[in-house]
Amino acid sequence: MTVSATSDSPEKSESPSSSRDGITELQNAVIRFAGNSQDGIQTIGGFLARLAGRSAREVMTYMTIPSTISGGPSIFQVHLGSGEVLSAGDESDFLFAFYQHSYDNHIDSLKEGGICLYDSDHVEEIREIEGVTHVAVPMTSTTVEAIGGSARDRGKNIFVLGLVTQLFNLNKEKLVSLVEKQFGRKGEDVARNAMLAFDAGYAYPVGDVLKAQYDLKEGKSEGIDKVTTDGNTAMTLGLLAGGVRYGAGYPITPWSTIMEQLRSELPKYGGLFVQCEDELAAVSMAIGFAYSGHTAITGSSGPGLSLKMEALGYATMAEIPLVVINVQRGGPSTGLPTSVEQSDLMQAIYGSHGDCPRIVLAPKNVEDCFYIGREACMLAREFSCPVIVLTDQALASRIEAFTQPNLDEVVIDPVLDQETRGEDFRPYPLDGLTKHAPPGTPMAAGKYPVVTGLEHDEWGHPSGNPEMHARMNARRREKLKTLGARLPIPDIHGDESGDVLIVGWGSSWGPIREAVNRMRERGQKVAAMHIRHMNPMPNSLDTVFANYQHVAVVEMNDEGLYGNGQLATLLRARYCDPKIQSICKTDGLNYKIREIIERVAELTNPS
Amino acid sequence: MSAPAEPKKLTKKDLSADHPTWCPGCGDFAVLAAFFKVLEKLQIPHEKICTIAGIGCSSRFPYFVNGHGVHFIHGRALPLASGVSLSRPDLHVFAFGGDGDGYSIGGNHLDHAARKNVNLTYVVMDNFVYGLTKKQTSPTSPMGFKSKTDPTGSIDQPINPMKKLVYGGASFVARTHAAQVKHMMEVFERAILHPGFSVVEVLSECVVFYPGIFDDGNPRKGGEFGLIEEKKWDDSEEDQARHDVSDENAAYQLATLQYPGKFGVFYETDRPTKNQLEQRWIDSTKEKIGDATTKDLLGSRFASMK
Repeated sequence: MTVSATSDSPEKSESPSSSRDGITELQNAVIRFAGNSQDGIQTIGGFLARLAGRSAREVMTYMTIPSTISGGPSIFQVHLGSGEVLSAGDESDFLFAFYQHSYDNHIDSLKEGGICLYDSDHVEEIREIEGVTHVAVPMTSTTVEAIGGSARDRGKNIFVLGLVTQLFNLNKEKLVSLVEKQFGRKGEDVARNAMLAFDAGYAYPVGDVLKAQYDLKEGKSEGIDKVTTDGNTAMTLGLLAGGVRYGAGYPITPWSTIMEQLRSELPKYGGLFVQCEDELAAVSMAIGFAYSGHTAITGSSGPGLSLKMEALGYATMAEIPLVVINVQRGGPSTGLPTSVEQSDLMQAIYGSHGDCPRIVLAPKNVEDCFYIGREACMLAREFSCPVIVLTDQALASRIEAFTQPNLDEVVIDPVLDQETRGEDFRPYPLDGLTKHAPPGTPMAAGKYPVVTGLEHDEWGHPSGNPEMHARMNARRREKLKTLGARLPIPDIHGDESGDVLIVGWGSSWGPIREAVNRMRERGQKVAAMHIRHMNPMPNSLDTVFANYQHVAVVEMNDEGLYGNGQLATLLRARYCDPKIQSICKTDGLNYKIREIIERVAELTNPS
Repeated sequence: MSAPAEPKKLTKKDLSADHPTWCPGCGDFAVLAAFFKVLEKLQIPHEKICTIAGIGCSSRFPYFVNGHGVHFIHGRALPLASGVSLSRPDLHVFAFGGDGDGYSIGGNHLDHAARKNVNLTYVVMDNFVYGLTKKQTSPTSPMGFKSKTDPTGSIDQPINPMKKLVYGGASFVARTHAAQVKHMMEVFERAILHPGFSVVEVLSECVVFYPGIFDDGNPRKGGEFGLIEEKKWDDSEEDQARHDVSDENAAYQLATLQYPGKFGVFYETDRPTKNQLEQRWIDSTKEKIGDATTKDLLGSRFASMK
């Protein structure tokens, strides 16, 4: 929690509980809600994130979900701020604990000077911790009383939302309209109960114990209503903007919410998403859509991507444009289905049989899910090959606020190209890129193309000619090298030369960036470079590496047999530079800022 | 789409592509010939013909037809063909394959394409053996069949394709014999004209690895080609014994007959195709949103998230 210097003594005001009565201004705050998965704590977080977006504040959320259908501990953490918010926060300023287990497991996540509000109907034992203020609130019974007897525990989340609104002096009007809109859809009774619970929370006399009220400042980007959403939704919209009109999939966590949204959205665009009997059928049907001349997608998570591999090899060989979304989770096998990991990079690049070049992209945050999804569509069409997008569980469900893309610039409406192909048409020209003639296209020469997974000549005829195989392999490889050559070197965040360059990819962009900010504040010469194009990568990264003593590659995957994570292995193979070192972990959690700083220190100053 | 001003009559010559790689005497030659003849008769516009196959001897089919085609991976021709059919109502989609491709590695896809009633025609050239890989047991190999994977004779009960197809929900199910070109043409034509998922099982002999297996159904080899007599609905005495193609139970009964069994249409029903049902949903959705552009649609989604 950063407290602005409105009070007399900035040092002292680090602890809100010790500040004077009245309003303490906060630049940002990390609020953790700990309960069970069915308590609807995600709903509180969702509302707060939406409100943040409407108040030009930055926001980032983080949640854990048990992989069971109902029950099991769950948390939702919201980091709200008026400045740049790059991570969901390591530790929290405020903790709302619903149960004894929530209290026990999360009380240590509070910062010095933090405040714990607990449900005194469920939490019986609290620990005396120096610098932590405890506030007992009978959340369950007050909610039941407010709604009227029979409502069991339901509505407790909205009660807490009311409490938070009061505590942080949030814009009640905006929140009430969000609550009414959300619950109004579910019927009058539901909406009325929600409002009763909200009002009870808003009016609860928490001030008797907690003298201060906290005013979270609104952001500076006034006038711009930000979009607040999660990565899977942003990805879905990016795909639609990029021209996806057909797709097929099979349910698997955490990919499913993309397919669910596409199933509902695509008919509006005259398109279609089909739920298939398995992953093999899903990728095959998507290839069928793509062959038919459409921009098509399939997607999955870890194990499902493995099942699609044979058909993806076909898509490389037959040169079919296809977008594949892989929402990474902890593996191998069923692994940690609701935890984050970045262990599918090698699978994405090398997963199929044979030499099988394809494009692999990875978004860095929720906003980037939109742009990467759209770029994947464009690259698939241009290079007529599969494009795998590696997002992850953290991005899938994390909520962030960002500026709405300029739709005049980003929307691409697809065209089904059935112009008659001339006499010289070749589906696999040795001197150019494949541009298939979809079925329905008249062929001037009277000869129709067969798209094939057998090695073939320029006309698509099967060919076992050894020289042809070598030339076609080269062709499929070279087109990706063309792409690599035009990719710019990623921006450097921090010092242009110095001690350490932290290289990252995917969802750890925020924590890495914040770690660099903090290290630089302490006078260290460090920088971060984030790679979004994983295969092909931009060329000449070694010219950047040359400016630093150390290159630390931060990844959420295992260090492997030889001590290097997956991206580090690729960078070492390409640049043969022992300076490239690896920072890995597989605890299923996002990197904490502190963790990155400590691990970089260990790497650069081995004891 | 630019259709030629005066469409030229489509002939076998136009439709022929590479010379088939099949062994001399293979039953699949006759299947290809019958397919060409039906296309000549129906005069489907050339560019609208799309043939799709997986892996196997018979799955080489698309190379031998001069038309848009896909030679795909083993067992997955039907999901790919479903994607083509569902997104391109203007095309005539055909899938070809063998017993291994369709009933073994692709067996699950067959059930689901059938239950979804995707509008396409699927021809299975069943030879009771794996030919391309040189004589292993197939899902339709009879018990006792000696192959390289069952040197003392197959011990697994074979699949009954007709039962599988009727159970799966295929809306047109027929059985024919590669030695009976005229009959093949009749059922192919009916299958193509049927709206929905139509399947024709063709007994097509592998003369190298399972010679003579279908002689029992071939009068020229001393067998009997027993035709299904379909009901004429003429209120006659004889008609009562005839087969009602819309009767699922009767289709099962035909499917349980001792080999070589009966040939003809086992089952035919008229139920909505997935193509129609999805289109209905698209149409009603579009009706609700009016003529919203992509920008309008995305704009309203973004607005709802502010």
